[in-house]
Amino acid sequence: MLPDLPQAELIELYRIMLTMRRFEEALIVATESGTSVGHFHVYIGQECTGAPALSQLGREDTIFTTHRNHGHVLGRGADPGRVLAEIMGRATGYNGGKGGTLHVTARELGVLPTSAVVGGVVPLATGAAFAAKQRGSDAVCMCFFGDGVLEEGAFYEAINIASLWSLPVIYLCENNSEGAIAGEFPGSTIAARPLTDLPAAFRIPAQAVDGTDAGEVYGAVKKAIQRARAGEGPSFIEARTVRWPGSRPLWPDLLTGETDLAFAWEPARIPQSHGDWHRSQDGLLRFTRELLQSGRIAADEILALDGAVRAKMQEAVRFAIASPYPEAESALAGVFAR
Amino acid sequence: MREISYAEAKVEALREIMEADDRVCLVGSYFLGLSPRRVLMNALRERFPARIFDPPISETGFCGLAVGAAMAGMRPIVDVATASFIFNAFPQIVNEAANAHYMTGGQVPVPVGFHLLHGLRGGGGAQHSHSPQAMLWNTPGLEIALPASPYDVKGLLKTAARSANPTIFVDHARLFEVKGPVPEGDYDIPFGRADVKRSGSDVTIVATSLMVQVALRAAADLAEKGIEAEVVDLRTIVPLDRATLLASVAKTGRVVVVDECHRSCGVAAEISAIIAEEAFHHLKAPIRRVTTPDVPIPASPPLEKFIEPTAEKVVAAAREAVK
Amino acid sequence: MAAQNFLEAIREGLREEMARDAAVYVIGEDVALGGPFGATKGLAEEFGANRVLNTPISEGAVMGMATGAAALGLRPVVEVMYIDFITLAMDQLVNHAAKLHYMSGGQIRVPLTIRVQGGASGASGAHHSQSLEAWFLHVPGLKVVAPSTPADAKGLLKSAIRDDNPVLFIEHRDLYWSRGDVPQTDAVVPLGVAAVRRTGADATVVAFSKMVGTALEAAETLSETGISVEVIDLRSLCPLDLDTIVASVRKTGRLVVAHEAVEVGGAGAEIAARVQEAAFDYLDAPVTRVAAPFTPVPASPPLEKLFVPGKDRIASAVRSLLGRGAE
Repeated sequence: MLPDLPQAELIELYRIMLTMRRFEEALIVATESGTSVGHFHVYIGQECTGAPALSQLGREDTIFTTHRNHGHVLGRGADPGRVLAEIMGRATGYNGGKGGTLHVTARELGVLPTSAVVGGVVPLATGAAFAAKQRGSDAVCMCFFGDGVLEEGAFYEAINIASLWSLPVIYLCENNSEGAIAGEFPGSTIAARPLTDLPAAFRIPAQAVDGTDAGEVYGAVKKAIQRARAGEGPSFIEARTVRWPGSRPLWPDLLTGETDLAFAWEPARIPQSHGDWHRSQDGLLRFTRELLQSGRIAADEILALDGAVRAKMQEAVRFAIASPYPEAESALAGVFAR
Repeated sequence: MREISYAEAKVEALREIMEADDRVCLVGSYFLGLSPRRVLMNALRERFPARIFDPPISETGFCGLAVGAAMAGMRPIVDVATASFIFNAFPQIVNEAANAHYMTGGQVPVPVGFHLLHGLRGGGGAQHSHSPQAMLWNTPGLEIALPASPYDVKGLLKTAARSANPTIFVDHARLFEVKGPVPEGDYDIPFGRADVKRSGSDVTIVATSLMVQVALRAAADLAEKGIEAEVVDLRTIVPLDRATLLASVAKTGRVVVVDECHRSCGVAAEISAIIAEEAFHHLKAPIRRVTTPDVPIPASPPLEKFIEPTAEKVVAAAREAVK
Repeated sequence: MAAQNFLEAIREGLREEMARDAAVYVIGEDVALGGPFGATKGLAEEFGANRVLNTPISEGAVMGMATGAAALGLRPVVEVMYIDFITLAMDQLVNHAAKLHYMSGGQIRVPLTIRVQGGASGASGAHHSQSLEAWFLHVPGLKVVAPSTPADAKGLLKSAIRDDNPVLFIEHRDLYWSRGDVPQTDAVVPLGVAAVRRTGADATVVAFSKMVGTALEAAETLSETGISVEVIDLRSLCPLDLDTIVASVRKTGRLVVAHEAVEVGGAGAEIAARVQEAAFDYLDAPVTRVAAPFTPVPASPPLEKLFVPGKDRIASAVRSLLGRGAE
């Protein structure tokens, strides 16, 4: 379902989802044609979680995220060109090339360093929430992580403290392990079912939502943010999606092709291969269908919006590829803050 | 003798080890990482399905489990995978495995192996590029092996698997394609035996792991310039073959130590200190270290290239040393 | 100046910094109750439960939380009860706190102070007696200090808290009741500056923390036989004041590095490596390390005593360098 939002905000939400999707596709295409970026992970299939969640954060709020961070950073308003530049190790990247895809940081947008150690962000986000509370601000911290984090001890230590001290943190677990390719990469292995039982044991309100249902995500996050700002403590949301077929351990592959939004209004176009993905698992197509069905937007407006986003991504790719690499000697600088 | 790849030699060793001793099990199975060679592990998985486990992402949990199992008589080999993840398991490795035999007055040996892939991998960034062996060296109770050739990886893995002590098997994904002669069947390389991989009398280059290959390339380059370098591959730092190391220093009087760890308190620091203490009067020049500098590993390719210890840097240091 | 013990000096340093800057707070196990040794006694009463926070036994989460809070501009002073337990926080300290500034291309600062105590004392055994500073000298992005006197404890702690980087502040519990004159002003001791505690001409002994006192005792004994030893108290391990060490070695030509940590891969290895690089032509004798043997810390008192380098071992090392043998 659609979130209950005024027209302009709804369209803006959609624009952000399109940005997340087209960015990742542009990145994959760029790497296929030779641009080397190292080991990266894409947000394809999770846009309906990230966009409605991030759209509700204010300027003072912060987020922490993991190696699967591109969508989150863009959802906070980061410049796609500078994000891509960072992924490609250029001097114009947000981190000056120091962090790469795994650690994109945009301090002024409240995106604090992303961690590539599974479990690493949970205590950090808990600390950021603590800082907000100490200062008497009503800022919150939103912590994005995958289902694998519930295998790490750091998670339990951190949520325990958050619960005891009523910290304003929203633990947003993006469980994309359904459909994970068995044997190719270990899927989530956790004895607890459902995952929401785990934070519930620490008396943290926990809700599982369909990660492709933007309205459901929006509502759950809204409640969690209200709780946090009111000083009532942490919340846990598990947003479930089916893992995008093109997500491989090292190099994502456009197995489902560049997203054809027309699948939303011309279902006959949907091919046999990955038919389930296009028909029911891809949240972006779902949202597109729902938008159309609601009468809030017409197909040609969708295509125009998408066209503008794609043009912007092409510009971002051009910018990043044209950007210089940092001076080699800069590798030695920036260890300590002066 | 046949020539096979490092990756093949490693898997062959694992197979022979598991065939020979059914107390051996593998906790984690990405011994060839996510490299194209990883398919070689499938044969092992098919052969020993009940003895190869893929645990959840819980380093403290599965390393601790392996330590406990070893205390109870098994011989687990743990795949920590990317070396940067070993920090999560420090309490189990450093405080438990390393101490147990000593703390219990000899009652409880811990025959566990911890395998990891260390070092620069090309775009790994600061949290995926660690070389933790120097910190582990500062921890009494751990044996540490660092193979650098196909012959060595098989021989050292055999010894690690037979050892009664906790062993850290420090490996490097960039060695997987190195080819070399490897005997068929069983053989092992005792710990504490360095290998002079190239003889020379002008300068000693001390190295471990991937840096041995770097040192050999540097030595070939130096030979063209009329400088004969001796390359000493330590193979294990615990136990350390001081005799071979010091004999080489006595012969050449000039030393370059090349190591992928960060400079301060890295493996090269300890080697340098040992030589400065025990072979001081043989030194004709200061010992030079070629290491990664004291910076976290940057992601951008030219920055990573800049900080990487290379054959060129070793050559430059060696030329300084022989001036 | 006031005569205070090490613990009192630390407590005073904490109190002054907390009064000076509202962003400073203390967090750790039992800290609101004063901590196991009383270092934080009275601070909760003075500054409120809001600024002196007890935590569950969760070193990893506490370190991570402090890192996250520091990234947002607070200035936490984390107490880890025993340095041996810092292993439980290794990932957060090494992979996060130390690296955020660099990885983010300078966007984030982590003004975090971590107080730990360690060292072999009271037959506490292998899990309560280690000296692990060498690990942290090997982590770019972390600063490491180890004061030996109450005055330095206070002054270095103030510097550490004011530093915008993560600083590991290492205390030795055997020093906690040692007394000394402590400035009652806002005096800070800068990081990266060693102190020459005793001048001499025949040999240089470099030490830090508790070993400084041991080195001074050895120097006193040696002076009775006409050997004059210069004792340098490093105070900071990172940044390291190599210049002071090298200036001394240029004078004496002989260097002994003494520390309580295990010799292999210890701080002494780095110091030896750097000194022979920087002062090779001035060294008349091998650089010698006097440190703990390659074993875990034994529990039994006489074994523990053997493990920790004493003044006799230092004196003996100096004599060997002078070709004098045992006397």
